[in-house]
Amino acid sequence: MKFDTQAGPNPIDRLKVVGHATDRIDGKYKTTGTAPYAYERHDVAPDAAYGYVLGSSIAKGRVRSIDTASARQAPGVIAIVTTLDTPRVERGVMNVAYLFGGDVIQHYHQAVAVVVAETFEQARAASFLVTVDYAPEAGVFDLAAAAKDAEPVPADSGEGSGGNGEERVGDFEAAFAQAPVTLDASYKTADESHAMMEPHATVAAWDGEKVTLWTSNQMIGWGHGSLAKMLNLPKDKVRLDAPYVGGGFGGKLFVRADAVLAALAAKAAGRPVKVALTRPLIANNTTHRPATIQRVRIGATQDGTITAIAHESTSGNLPDGDPETAVNQTKFLYAGKNRLTAMKLARLDLPEGNAMRAPGEAPGLAVLEVAMDEMAEKLGLDPVEFRIRNDTQVVPTKPDLRFSQRDLVGCLKLGVERFGWAKRNPKPGQVRDGQWLVGLGMAAAFRDNMVMKSGARVRLDAGGTVTVETDMTDIGTGSYTIIAQTAAEMMGVPLNRVVVRLGDSDFPVSSGSGGQFGANSSTAGVYAACVKLRESIAQKLGFNATDAVFEDGEVRAGNRAIPLAQAAAEGELVAEDTIEFGDFSKTQQVSTFGAHFVEVAVDVYTAEVRVRRMLAVCAAGRILNPKSARSQVIGGMVMGTGAALMEELAVDTKRGFFANHDLAGYEVPVHADIPHQEVIFLDETDPMSSPMKAKGVGELGISGIAAAVANAIYNATGIRVRDYPITLDKLIDRMPDAA
Amino acid sequence: MKSFTYERPSSPAEAAAAVARTPEAKFIAGGTNLLDLMKLQIETPRHLVDVNGLGLDTVEPTDEGGLRIGALVRNTDLAAHPRVRTDYGVLARALLAGASGQLRNKATTAGNLLQRTRCPYFYDTAQACNKRQPGSGCSALDGVSRQLAVIGGSEACIATHPGDMAVAMRVLDATVETIDAAGAARKIPIAEFHRLPGDEPSRDTNLEPGELITAVTLPKPVVGTHIYRKVRDRASYAYALVSVAAILGKDGSGHVAFGGVAHKPWRVEAAEADLPKGAKAVTSRVFADAKPTHENAYKLTLAERTLSAALNQARA
Amino acid sequence: MVGATATAAATRTDEPVLATVTFTVNGQRRELELDTRTSLLDAAREHLHLTGSKKGCDHGQCGACTMIVDGRRINACLTLAIMHQGAEITTIEGLGQPDHLHPMQAAFVKHDGYQCGYCTPGQICSGVAVLEEIKAGIPSHVTADLEATPQVTEAEIRERMSGNICRCGAYSNIVEAMTEVAGARA
Repeated sequence: MKFDTQAGPNPIDRLKVVGHATDRIDGKYKTTGTAPYAYERHDVAPDAAYGYVLGSSIAKGRVRSIDTASARQAPGVIAIVTTLDTPRVERGVMNVAYLFGGDVIQHYHQAVAVVVAETFEQARAASFLVTVDYAPEAGVFDLAAAAKDAEPVPADSGEGSGGNGEERVGDFEAAFAQAPVTLDASYKTADESHAMMEPHATVAAWDGEKVTLWTSNQMIGWGHGSLAKMLNLPKDKVRLDAPYVGGGFGGKLFVRADAVLAALAAKAAGRPVKVALTRPLIANNTTHRPATIQRVRIGATQDGTITAIAHESTSGNLPDGDPETAVNQTKFLYAGKNRLTAMKLARLDLPEGNAMRAPGEAPGLAVLEVAMDEMAEKLGLDPVEFRIRNDTQVVPTKPDLRFSQRDLVGCLKLGVERFGWAKRNPKPGQVRDGQWLVGLGMAAAFRDNMVMKSGARVRLDAGGTVTVETDMTDIGTGSYTIIAQTAAEMMGVPLNRVVVRLGDSDFPVSSGSGGQFGANSSTAGVYAACVKLRESIAQKLGFNATDAVFEDGEVRAGNRAIPLAQAAAEGELVAEDTIEFGDFSKTQQVSTFGAHFVEVAVDVYTAEVRVRRMLAVCAAGRILNPKSARSQVIGGMVMGTGAALMEELAVDTKRGFFANHDLAGYEVPVHADIPHQEVIFLDETDPMSSPMKAKGVGELGISGIAAAVANAIYNATGIRVRDYPITLDKLIDRMPDAA
Repeated sequence: MKSFTYERPSSPAEAAAAVARTPEAKFIAGGTNLLDLMKLQIETPRHLVDVNGLGLDTVEPTDEGGLRIGALVRNTDLAAHPRVRTDYGVLARALLAGASGQLRNKATTAGNLLQRTRCPYFYDTAQACNKRQPGSGCSALDGVSRQLAVIGGSEACIATHPGDMAVAMRVLDATVETIDAAGAARKIPIAEFHRLPGDEPSRDTNLEPGELITAVTLPKPVVGTHIYRKVRDRASYAYALVSVAAILGKDGSGHVAFGGVAHKPWRVEAAEADLPKGAKAVTSRVFADAKPTHENAYKLTLAERTLSAALNQARA
Repeated sequence: MVGATATAAATRTDEPVLATVTFTVNGQRRELELDTRTSLLDAAREHLHLTGSKKGCDHGQCGACTMIVDGRRINACLTLAIMHQGAEITTIEGLGQPDHLHPMQAAFVKHDGYQCGYCTPGQICSGVAVLEEIKAGIPSHVTADLEATPQVTEAEIRERMSGNICRCGAYSNIVEAMTEVAGARA
């Protein structure tokens, strides 16, 4: 099905199942520990041996030799595969660094060997007996120092919302020079780690020349093609299966070393092998969100109309790596006749920077929305009012391009009312509650709404059960449930008559999970397949497909009503289709919007920050399952709070690695850091997005939240920290006298 | 983790003798730190002597009006003990500020004293660390040091003792009781239990090989407001950046020790007379010889302000 | 009583030392012969095929492996299986099954107290134990008065649950689920 015209009325609009707050259909498995994750597949690979990955102890250089003699003699060892034993493994889709790179070391903890043994304990012990002789080389590890030599990013590069490296509208410099009120400030955001709870893990089993990988991956289609390439196999000789994925956040978009090494090790061992990256390896072996240095300049008239806005960002990466596209939302969010956005990319020898939840927008809005707060203060305007005054219904860089829907103002106004924003004292540092300085902050949220081609297969059996098969993944996003809701709505059956099977590369290729495109795209693919199944059912039952109504387990038209199951009485009916998004989707700008409101308290003595209240108001099209959508938003808010307050991969700029490479060193928010969270969804449908009229919310929640926290800290203390995370050491010297 | 043999002796003396006679042997109690380190081969014992069956898990009053805490009393139980809650609030608070509920259920009194540092270079076996591998150097000196010591360090090591409990015990003037392989008992004042790194940072404490902690005794309670103020980057389940263990009167007089700043709980008794004058008067003496790195000088301000918070709390 | 004692002659080699341990898991007596190095977590996941307890970090930094052992929640990754001779062990599988959910499991489903599901078994085991800890009068870091009996408050739940990290950020929902279970039980 091609999505080439605005969605008209369709069966989803009935909202008998879709749109209702629905318990996850996979919930009873997840809460009982019976949902199988990659490393747990005793059912399919009962004799799997254990692989243990050894990471490079240098950040850059060459491997001269690897001595595995004593490791091979160690008890239980079955096989050892080193990076010198095989030709360099080609990179998969979106890989920047080589996962098993021959004798070239590109970053710390790059995989150099996998030791396979009968037990985990034996593999781990033997891995310590492998000795690697390195020829280290000097590298560049300090973004601040390397930024001076950073190159401008060429056009049409990078992640996030896409777009050009540098973009100009009007004459920014002239307008900024003439503006009566201006802001020119620089900011930093930190390197961050996805830190999903399930480590990257794979069980690989060969059957002759065919390999199956039970793995933890967000994008089965990409992974399938990547592994075929990396293992030099035709695609039909590779199968991936990922029914459950214990979190990804972008860190499992691409094939990682666990999958490659499990496959190579299983071949060498002559039996299935399972490999999980150990937690201390993950931060440096895999990918991270790159740090940025950003500069924002805003010029406005006295009444708060933006006349000039510039946002520039510098980040670093390995050769062939992309920039963190932190400036992109600035092309969309606020009006202003004269504009400049530009990115630079420094060459660094740290581990690979790549997508992490809301790449671009998360660190970009963390900065832009603080700058807007600073500018509002200069103008003497309420920060909400300043944003409303600069709202736009067209893309500011492309005035002919309208937003399909944009109710940022509605989000802001509802948030003001529900949060009690009027109580905010605009003068910072004034509100005291015992030992606490209390402040309120807000920020706008924006995340582009990407769409991806997505396929599904739908079956109807004689018992009336509808089974959906797609290689879509559920990484916590609620895919199982919204796909079931979609099929139930389309086929007119209750939710419990739908079975959903996900994550298998033998199923039709879906959008996968990423970029908050998964929910809308994958359900649209299921919609398309259901339309086809309805046609064949109608035909089978002698209905005209356009007249037939699928409802209450029956197919009806005119006076006739036939049980749905009857269509499959003589045999299962199967339909498969793919939703494809062409140029039509680009005729309007489809984006998601929101507003974050936060109350923080800052200890007047120690500058410890505690978040007290959080509210997000979101405008993101039709909300397919308000229960899981809300969880996606609050989850983003939690991760963004981490970015605001504590998350930072600490770079050892001399040795070239992230030093705090475990979950004790890299702190993410715990229960005690997060208060009760409120989310409100505006009642919207967006017919430009897909037949589902839905948009993504998985990344909207993290977009802007860090700035709202930062602005609240400023309101509480009067201290503006432009360097994330806002840890207490950056506040303590400027805190008021408390004693 | 290297393979190891395992035994469960039936008496403390037998346990001490077992460790003394077996090469590369170690005691294991809660195991929450030892196993963590063994997985990374930072610790590589070849024989484990499980002391969990030795009793040593009661809290008893002493004749002097204090408490004798068995080495194997779990952190949870010690914090929940009625006498500790009533008379040694600083200790209960320190225990409850540490780790997580799960870890406190396993972690023991003796084991907590023996926690090893959380310095990132100690934990990464690919990096130089004099504590882990004597003579290899100290990567932290010019590396990531935001968490590390500001005082009492050396050119060989700037690691911190990561615990909370020991800081409270330091302000309580606790005594560590041990027995050695010959069955001889010894009492070590808490002030002399942990070492400064000097040129031998691999030794965290003054325990002799095979010496087994059997108990920690607390003198009779000190009257005053018992405060343990732990400051960290997140609200729970994190190591201290700075902590203050204090027992203070309404006029500010009393006792104070600092955690998160040195290789041992840091206390300068001579400075305590200045407590009524306020935090700065005390911390300027306590930290007079501080040598912070470029990343952790904030700890000096933080220590002063945290003490200030404690003094304010005591006055309230 | 010393059934788990291992005194193999293998002391100075790398050969695994095997030891036998017997304990009760989810009401069933289990006897295992294990490498002494085997964590309780790996004994469950790799030997008993009880994979509900998760390995998020293997270093006591995340709580995904939480089990209830002799009535107390612990990190199963930081304890040796052989140290639990005679122990009563409850894993997530012992609390409830998909068609017979424990009230805490049902509350997690109702309040969406999870997303990817990987930390969830640990959260639930911890959640069940936390309510028992409060009931038993064990204080926490946020208990204002150490001499008073702690109450089931949101602040108490948040502090006590802080050893269970949820990167999907379901904390707010987990607190609601636990509050509901605590209220129903009271």
